[in-house]
Amino acid sequence: MDVNIISFGAIKDITESNNSVLQNINDTNQLVHQLEELYPALSNIKYAIAVDKKIVSGNTQLYNNATVTILPPFSGG
Amino acid sequence: MNVQYERYQRQILLKEFGEAGQQKLQQAKVLVIGAGGLGCPALQYLAAAGVGTIGIVDNDVVTITNLHRQILYSTDDIGFSKAERAAFKLHQLNPDITITPYNFRLTNKNALNIISDYETIIDGTDNFSTRYMINDACVLMNKPLVYGAISRFEGQVAVFNCKTDNEITPVNYRDLFPHPPKDGTILNCAEEGVLGVLPGIIGCMQASETIKLITGIGKPLLNRLLTYNALTNQFYELVLSANKETAALIPKDEEAFANTDYDWLCSTHANNNFEIDHLYFDALRKEKNITIIDVREHGEIPAINEFTHLRIPLGQLQQKASSIKGDIILTICQSGVRSAKAARILSAKFGATKKIFSLQGGIINWKNHQLKQ
Repeated sequence: MDVNIISFGAIKDITESNNSVLQNINDTNQLVHQLEELYPALSNIKYAIAVDKKIVSGNTQLYNNATVTILPPFSGG
Repeated sequence: MNVQYERYQRQILLKEFGEAGQQKLQQAKVLVIGAGGLGCPALQYLAAAGVGTIGIVDNDVVTITNLHRQILYSTDDIGFSKAERAAFKLHQLNPDITITPYNFRLTNKNALNIISDYETIIDGTDNFSTRYMINDACVLMNKPLVYGAISRFEGQVAVFNCKTDNEITPVNYRDLFPHPPKDGTILNCAEEGVLGVLPGIIGCMQASETIKLITGIGKPLLNRLLTYNALTNQFYELVLSANKETAALIPKDEEAFANTDYDWLCSTHANNNFEIDHLYFDALRKEKNITIIDVREHGEIPAINEFTHLRIPLGQLQQKASSIKGDIILTICQSGVRSAKAARILSAKFGATKKIFSLQGGIINWKNHQLKQ
């Protein structure tokens, strides 16, 4: 199924876009795996994942056209 | 309306706010940690609004590179203490309130003491070790934390650790990012730059959330994280929920807090001092991605049933090392001698890619402390 990805901060630089679509993804573990394969630099940083704007912990089932947000921590003040 | 209230007349006019709101502000005690890009605007608006007691923690001095965004300071302030200059200027702005500067770095040794004197805490810091420390301190002490952070053109704002009426467990920073990122993977303003007005916007939002919390008006960002992008003017909101697993990452009491090395948790620098005490060991073994290895020979007693661990006798360690997973390795033995040797062997193999520790006094000492508890 297709999943829409929205990314923030430094992750936008890595994925070279703040908005993209990945295909054949069933859950967030698969998504992370595929993203890290596409963008190896991602595996070095920590980020939060939200499905339909809700932050999730652990593997989460996705559905067709789900929106997944990838958010890195910011340290600046 | 008395003379003192004339200053606040325009906000008292708001029917949701009124004199009651002003009184609540006057009685409020707010601690602003970090008097930089976020802290300055937050401080200015809180002082102007009449928050009765304000504390300012910052051990830095004003530099010329601060001035494009920290507009509480002027060129004449360069080289002077931020906490003290901020306190001076805020007193000029509003002499009717009490302002206390703390011109030193907040650490796990002094944080609980200072935080205990305040009711609402604002995080305007610029590094992860202090952010995690403040978060954990606020959880321990049941204090609402108004969080703000920035990067280049983007900012994040949230209110953590604040109880709601509907008995939902309050969220904290670790429900969003359970573990600190490794040193150098996320850059700060000094490294990647920041648009001057961005911390102004985010710091003002923190002041606004603080005023809403104190006066009880509106809907503060409870269990919500707001992100803002200054380039596109887009807001994006995410819903947060408390996570039982992350609760275990927070030191359980003041002693455990004082024994948590936040600088270390946020860095990957090779550590040549492998030995840790039983308290630090207990805090660490709750981390994810951790492997505990008993390096005693098979059959040695006492057996360890209290936590999951691997058993690799010291003599086999070199040969089996490459199969060890996890970012953090804790070695244990009977008295701490063999485990220290094991830590040196593993450190030579993994360098800074893994954090490696040995339990001082061994399992015997650890079990004795368990009995005392």
